[in-house]
Amino acid sequence: MAGASSSVKSSRPLGKATRDAFGRALESLGESYGSLVVVDADVGNSTRTEWFGLKYPDRFFNVGIAESNQVGVAAGLAAAGHISLVSSFAAFIICNAYDQLRMSVAYPKLNVKVVGSHAGISIGEDGASQMGIEDVGLACSLPGFVVVVPADEASARAATAAMMAHQGPVYLRVGRPDVPKVYSDETIKFELGKANTLQEGTDLTIIANGLMVGPALDAAEALATEGISVRVLDMHTVKPIDRDALKAAAEETGAIVVAEEHLAHGGLGSVVAMNVAEIKPVPIRYVNLGDQFGESGSPEALIEAYGLTAANVASAARAVLAAKKA
Amino acid sequence: MSVPIDQLHAIAKELRKDILRMTTEAGSGHPSSSMSAVEVVTALYFGGFLNFDAKNPKDPNRDRFILSKGHAAPVLYAALAHKGLFPHEELMTLRKLGSRLEGHPNMLRLGGIEASTGSLGQGLSMGVGYALAARLAKNGSQTYVMTGDGELGQGQIWEAAASAGKYGLDNLTCIVDRNGFQQTGSSFDVLNMDPIDGKFASFGWSTQVINGNDQQEVLDALNRARSNKGRPNCIVSLTKKGYGMLNLMAKLKDENFHGKPMPAKYLDEAIAEVEAGVA
Ligand SMILES: Cc1ncc(C[n+]2csc(CCOP(=O)(O)OP(=O)(O)O)c2C)c(N)n1
Ligand SMILES: [Mg+2]
Repeated sequence: MAGASSSVKSSRPLGKATRDAFGRALESLGESYGSLVVVDADVGNSTRTEWFGLKYPDRFFNVGIAESNQVGVAAGLAAAGHISLVSSFAAFIICNAYDQLRMSVAYPKLNVKVVGSHAGISIGEDGASQMGIEDVGLACSLPGFVVVVPADEASARAATAAMMAHQGPVYLRVGRPDVPKVYSDETIKFELGKANTLQEGTDLTIIANGLMVGPALDAAEALATEGISVRVLDMHTVKPIDRDALKAAAEETGAIVVAEEHLAHGGLGSVVAMNVAEIKPVPIRYVNLGDQFGESGSPEALIEAYGLTAANVASAARAVLAAKKA
Repeated sequence: MSVPIDQLHAIAKELRKDILRMTTEAGSGHPSSSMSAVEVVTALYFGGFLNFDAKNPKDPNRDRFILSKGHAAPVLYAALAHKGLFPHEELMTLRKLGSRLEGHPNMLRLGGIEASTGSLGQGLSMGVGYALAARLAKNGSQTYVMTGDGELGQGQIWEAAASAGKYGLDNLTCIVDRNGFQQTGSSFDVLNMDPIDGKFASFGWSTQVINGNDQQEVLDALNRARSNKGRPNCIVSLTKKGYGMLNLMAKLKDENFHGKPMPAKYLDEAIAEVEAGVA
């Protein structure tokens, strides 16, 4: 799908899609980063890199529907001294070009920025083949990669700037639908590798990123009416994970729920569990896509059907509290 | 084979109307990518080429059609509905949660789908696998694969082309839907793969270049491919993206119309253009 838009509803005011915020940020960063080049694979009108391409046609290359080549070409440009950025649907840039990301980018530690758009089931009707739901796990398995999953438009803008300022490979995951705002440009603080505490709490911590930050906040609100005090962390950087925030969450709240729009295996939940098990084991529950592909449907219907809802986050919170007390 | 051409023209019109109606109802999808491919799909399913029985879609000896450019799924679903694989009204469930008719073909969900596609570039390799299996089974099964022209940018296409050439798979036919556009613009600008026939020929394929929106030319080309021995077949099918609604696309100032349904308010006009036929 090229131009059409869709949105994810919530009580929070609707903002732009994270892919749109990324696209605008990239376009404006073109000026301060004179060596920035962008390599597209026939999806620039979906990933929004075309906005950079329209402004800087000499620094924009469309190699056709050929993601492996796209990444290889970007690696060559980076090795020649450029900052290069590649973008396609998360499913294609990560899965189709994985060996090239591994061998031509991660291994030589080249300064290539990889942006996977249309991540998750929230793309809707196009269905499983276009839904990147394993991208975070795969990106985390590339040695040296920083992996970032912003929640809304302001954080996508900030993440794009932080990604450019970082020296080395980065994977940035953005989504297709318009999403509710979590931050405002005035109040946002964004530092790679540092979780944002959106709400303080003492009974448990909900750790979320991307599309699930909104539902995490909604769940915390609902739980407050039951007398449950919830800390909410936006763990926008999955790698390197904020171990200090995990330590504090485990020690101070003693129970954790992890919510993400990703397969169970390899995503934020896996990374949190691996670290918490080492720092201070506490009960953890997960809200994610489990071990299954997505399918066609409207974004709203899929989010409901696959359980990526505030209600499900709240039930996971009640379950983890019961485990903590047991 | 003996199907009168008028009958095929009538079926082609029905498929086009189905494509338009189902994608407009779904509110998303790729009607223009589907419509360029209608004559080829019509010839395969209704012109006597594809030995496929909707009552026995898993017959191991069947011929197979792989839609490698999976985003054109509506043309395949429309053909399978007219074959009687499922009720015609089910077409209107396209892309809805729970429907077997997903945005891109899912072989687990629906008989008659020979490969789950949607990530471009993968169908021809599966076709090579089917063709090798048919050779091992000695069952005479034919495999047809349709790719897009933009899709030819994928390296895997050429890996498949080389392996089919190596094994001389004359039971394999690749039809390239050369409709001249891909997602971000003209296929001649984005990544021009001309000469497409020359590239396949250099991998040991027998090639033809035809007007793929001319029903008779499509039938003739498939006939020649069927009698060809010793080499895989490539048919470069020169088509127009959105063939059947070109006037309306011109009026809406979009000659690619990639990945968007006809807005509901133009649906009747689009259907009327299909009915009137291309002059
Ligand atoms: C591996 C991969 N990369 C990108 C896409 C996104 N995409 C879907 S359709 C399309 C254009 C296809 O062009 P073409 O093959 O010419 O088919 P047409 O729609 O013109 O029939 C693209 C880039 C995809 N589906 N798969
Ligand atoms: Mg095309």
